[in-house]
This record gives sequence, structure tokens and C-alpha cells, in this order.
Amino acid sequence: MAQYEAWKELLRQGGDVSFWQEFYVKFYQAFIEGDRWRQYLQGVGTTLLVTALALALGVILGILVATIRTSHDQQRIGHRNPVLGLLNAVCQVYVTIIRGTPMMVQLLIMGFVIFSSSRNYTMVGALTLGINSGAYVSEIIRGGLMALDPGQAEAGRSLGLNYVDTMRFIVIPQAFKAILPSLGNEFIVLLKDTSLINVIGGKEMVYAAQAIYGRTYEQMFPLVGVACIYLVLVIIFTWLLGILERRLRQSDRR
Amino acid sequence: MIDVKHLSKSFGDHQVLKDISEHIYPGDKVVIIGPSGSGKSTFLRSLNLLELPTEGSITFDGVEITDPKTDIDQVRRKMGMVFQHFNLFPNMTIKRNITLAPVRTGLMSQAQADELAMQLLRRVGLEEKANAYPNQLSGGQKQRIAIVRALAMNPKVMLFDEPTSALDPEMVGEVLSVMKELAADGMTMVVVTHEMGFAREVGSRILFMDEGRIVEQGTPEEVFGNPQNPRLKDFLSKVL
Ligand SMILES: Nc1ncnc2c1ncn2[C@@H]1O[C@H](COP(=O)(O)OP(=O)(O)OP(=O)(O)O)[C@@H](O)[C@H]1O
Ligand SMILES: [Mg+2]
Repeated sequence: MAQYEAWKELLRQGGDVSFWQEFYVKFYQAFIEGDRWRQYLQGVGTTLLVTALALALGVILGILVATIRTSHDQQRIGHRNPVLGLLNAVCQVYVTIIRGTPMMVQLLIMGFVIFSSSRNYTMVGALTLGINSGAYVSEIIRGGLMALDPGQAEAGRSLGLNYVDTMRFIVIPQAFKAILPSLGNEFIVLLKDTSLINVIGGKEMVYAAQAIYGRTYEQMFPLVGVACIYLVLVIIFTWLLGILERRLRQSDRR
Repeated sequence: MIDVKHLSKSFGDHQVLKDISEHIYPGDKVVIIGPSGSGKSTFLRSLNLLELPTEGSITFDGVEITDPKTDIDQVRRKMGMVFQHFNLFPNMTIKRNITLAPVRTGLMSQAQADELAMQLLRRVGLEEKANAYPNQLSGGQKQRIAIVRALAMNPKVMLFDEPTSALDPEMVGEVLSVMKELAADGMTMVVVTHEMGFAREVGSRILFMDEGRIVEQGTPEEVFGNPQNPRLKDFLSKVL
């Protein structure tokens, strides 16, 4: 502490400091002085919360959209349901708009146009990320369902199982296993994209870093620190997903 | 048992089945032969409504199954089907493959189904595979399991779509012998196959299909010994 003050003074006067002394001062400034690490920690909390909320919303929306679109596509020609047709059109517009515009622009529109009066920036951020993720998740699920051999569902139905049981016991477990890597990837993209909610005032990690270097005028340590935290989070989640995938792959052992 | 009247089926403007009328009697072992693309699979799959007929009606045990009001799940419980590519559920053990449908449809309890599964597996000599997964089995073993899975529903009729076509030659015999046993037990069977030996030995009636029609039918002796239709003669000269 006293050491820090002394070296900091020396550094400001342009005195002769060693690399390690300078490193110590800047590190102390970026993370320890005034308990600044708490701000990063809060940022991590926000990041995880936003990721979890956005993932939940994304998966719900994704399942809904994928269900509408696949049941629409599976209808027999000449027996098309007009309500389903309308829903399908809505889903298609949704997926096209979300996939056709940048995440950043979607955030700015949600934050400053649609919810311009809301002050709960974090929730607006989570909502936007969830809506965004839903479009990608729906395409992942649809891909998984379409890739499954139709013979699987036929075998289930030929045994007298109804549609719901066939989906529940045969189609969904297999499709889920097949899409898990893509879903995991989407989850990691989502985790990293939480850094963008900063542009509408969400108080996540980048927000903390900016607040800190706004006072210290030293950008490297806060930003590299944030990068390291993201990296560690991603590595942890990738490892956890790997474990889950291996457990689901049990039945593939020959 | 199964009564087919004026059955037609089109995919788009491609008419695959053309006004087929046919009756399958209890205990019948109907073998359907014919060139590729003649509509054999489509006809067989129409019998349990995996394909929806464009025209005509199918009645099974007095129930018109082509009537939209019929609960097709109920009907399918009485009709077993065996596919060319087995279609075992890779996400379940063999035992669960067999017991899933009987238990979920309320036919029996899990304990009863487990016992039945072991009994059926013993019959085809695969009881030690009960807890294996489908990917751990050979093709012939998979197909025998698929037959057992269908039998666990205690069906009145069994439909087979080229059950040995995806098998290595050395595994064809083990599947055919299970089917022969089934036939000897009196099961009503409709079999699409290219195994002419099986057709001759087991078939009570041979249907020859060509271009969406049943162009000739009769006992194996009639069809193989004294074919009338030039298309059938041509077909037999290629496969025999
Ligand atoms: N789902 C489908 N959509 C469009 N056309 C189809 C479909 N299923 C079958 N067909 C066509 O219907 C015709 C009859 O097919 P089917 O599978 O019944 O013949 P098959 O006699 O079983 O032939 P194979 O011996 O090759 O199995 C073929 O021309 C095929 O291309
Ligand atoms: Mg076929």
C-alpha cells in the first residue's frame, strides 16, 4: 500500500522505475485500489445473468419457432392449415430480420428506440440478446430435426406410439444430442456478446473497465483483464459442455 | 383381414399406385415381388397408413383405416412393421427398444414387458444383448431385434419391407429363418422381398407388381412355374 503510493509518485514524476514496479502500480490501480475488483465481479455477475436469461428466452423462442416451421413444412400438400401458414410467415420474417441485421444495431434500436424510456438497461440487453439468440437456436433445432432419419419417427408411429410419445422418446433425444455442439457454440457466442450491452448502458464487464480507465487513464490493464475473464469463462463452459456431450454419446460406443 | 379397395397413390403428378384392390386373409403369407420403383414399398406402407392413399379405402378387421376419424395409432398397434434399414432407436438399449411401445400404449406394465422382451429375445437367440445398444450389433442381429420389437405389440399381421436387402449375404439366413418360424406359427404376413427362395418356400400367395399395378398373382407354383405375363417372365429371367 505504502509501496504503491511511493512508486506511483515516482512514476508520475517520470522517475526511473523498473518494469515490475510499473506493472505493479498499474495492476494495483486497475484492480485493487478502491476495491475495484468488485466492479469487475459485478460485471461478471451481470454477464452471467444476462447470458442465462438470454439463453432461456432464446431456447424457448427457438423451440417455438422451430416447432411452427417444421410442423408447417410437414403438412400434406392440399391440407394446409391457414393459421399455421400465417405463424410460419411471422417466424420467417423474424428469423430473416434477426439474422440479417447486426447485433449491435439491434441493441441500439431496442435500447434507444423501442425501450428508450426504460432505465433497466441490463434487462433490455438480456431481452435483445434472447430475441437474437432465438432466431439462431430455431435454425439449429430445425436443422437437427431435419437431419434425423425419418425412419426413426416412422418406426415409432408404426408401433402405435402417438405423435407426442414419438417426439418425446425417439425424435427429441436424438435431435438434442445431434445439435448439442451447435447449441454450445451458440451459448458461447451469447456469453461473449453480452459485452455489447455496454452500448446501451448495461453494467457488465466492459462497462466496469471503461469506468475504471476513465479515472486512471490506463486502458491496457482493465481491458486485458476483461479479456482474460472472458477467456476463463469460455474455457470453463467449453469444458462443461464437453463433459455433457461425452455422457450423451454413451450409446454410440461400439 | 385387410381389404384394399381401389387404392391409388400419387406423389405430385407421379401416380405410383394405380387402382389396386386386394384382400389379405388371416394366416396368409403374401409375398410381393416386382422391379424397383414398381410401388411395392408404397403399397406396403399404405397398409398401415405411413403413406396416405390419394384414393380408395383400406379396411382392417372391419375398421376403415382410411377414414380420417379412425384412431390410426390404435390400428397400428395391431400391425407390426419391419423396415429395410431396421430403424432401431439408437438412443435406447435393446430391451427398451422392445418395451417402449407396449408400455407407453398401456398394453402391459414395465415388468410384464421386460419379461416378454426376454422371452422373445431368447426365441431369436439374442438374450445376452438385452442391455446393449443397437450400434453394438451386426445387421442381422439388428433386424432380428426389429422383428422382436414389432412382435412385442402382439400384432395380428406383420409387414416386411425388404427386410434382408440391407444385410451382408452371410446374415440373410438368420433373419429369414426367424421369419420362417413366424410363418410356421401362423402369423399373417405381407413381405416385400427379392429373396425368391423365401417367396417360393414360405409364400402362400405371390403378388407381382409392375408400374403401380398387381399384374399377376398366384401360388408360388403358378407364378414361378408357369408365369403368364411377359413382364413377369422377363422379371423372373433376371432374378432367378
Ligand atoms: N416420398 C416420395 N416422394 C416422391 N416420390 C416417391 C416417394 N416415395 C416413392 N416415390 C416414387 O414412387 C415410385 C415407387 O416407389 P416404391 O418405393 O414404392 O418402389 P419399390 O417397388 O419399393 O422399389 P424398390 O424395389 O426400389 O424398393 C418410385 O418411382 C419412387 O421414386
Ligand atoms: Mg421399396
